[in-house]
Amino acid sequence: MTTVAELPAGFADKVLSAQSTFRSVMDAMARPGSIQRIAPAAGTPPAMMQGTAAIALTLFDHDTPIWLDSKLSAAPDVGRWLKFHTSAPVVADSSISSFALVGDPQNLPALDRFAFGSSEYPDRSTTLILQVESLTDGPALELQGPGIDGTAVLRAFIQPRDLFDRLSINTALFPRGIDVVLVHDDCIVAIPRTTRLVRRG
Amino acid sequence: MAGSETLADEGGAQARRKAAMAVLAHSATAEITGHLAELALPAHENLREPENGLVMVRGRVGGDGAPFNLGEATVSRAAVRLSSGEVGFGYTLGRDHEKARLIALCDAMVQSAELSGAIEAKVVAPLRAALIEQRNRKAAETAATRVDFYTLVRGEG
Repeated sequence: MTTVAELPAGFADKVLSAQSTFRSVMDAMARPGSIQRIAPAAGTPPAMMQGTAAIALTLFDHDTPIWLDSKLSAAPDVGRWLKFHTSAPVVADSSISSFALVGDPQNLPALDRFAFGSSEYPDRSTTLILQVESLTDGPALELQGPGIDGTAVLRAFIQPRDLFDRLSINTALFPRGIDVVLVHDDCIVAIPRTTRLVRRG
Repeated sequence: MAGSETLADEGGAQARRKAAMAVLAHSATAEITGHLAELALPAHENLREPENGLVMVRGRVGGDGAPFNLGEATVSRAAVRLSSGEVGFGYTLGRDHEKARLIALCDAMVQSAELSGAIEAKVVAPLRAALIEQRNRKAAETAATRVDFYTLVRGEG
């Protein structure tokens, strides 16, 4: 068992780091498919990427239930690190979680296991944070939707391969739906629920 | 029995930390800094950067009244980890980041086997003496103004 003594530290400068990370996530959401960099460094448990850790320290608090996939929940210090630095409750039921951290996206559960929000409160949906292999090389994906002038091309190696097929439920569900943030190291790309895949390269 | 000994030992360590915390939380930042300057500080890092927050202070009317929320008070907290692994926590009323950090550092040093003696002798003991002295002086000052009231019983009695 990991003791508190072995936990990595959080942000060195809480306020400025959280603000700058928030800005990166907001820009990523506003410009779907664009790669945003997360500058501030934080202590990171081994199973988590730097971007994931920074997002966790910025957006998670005691009001945001977190669901961890089997890889991250098996990592000994991730749950304790989240608890210590964010005091966010880690829940076993993914359908009530505000955020789902996925370290092994290949085995992502079916999307209907997560919260879609309600028609009155579409914001009460689960935001998926997927740690992927690459956001710079891989098959080209052409995206369209609000925030994109024409089409945006994302060259990413994304697991699961059928992520965008699964996300097509967002079309029928709108305004409910699932937002996704792809993380690789310190780079993030957001795929909000309004973004559609138009062509696969 | 070894089991109960370790338990008692842990209880003793907790009691030492509690006693140190009670002194440090009531001491001024400058005094803690001054006493700490006499020691060679071990290498350490901030596990949790000092931060401010609010706690709800609860009260009771009398000893058996229903609890009610009196109001919120600002607190600062910090966590410091020594390079040898001990983690100290500091909580104090007010918005003094540095004080919370110093308390956390002292708490970590109280837990360390080789530093606990020094910190007790050089920091906690003098601060405790000053605190007791200050309390006694205040009590004496107050006692000097004491007036004994008595009521004359009149009438039927």
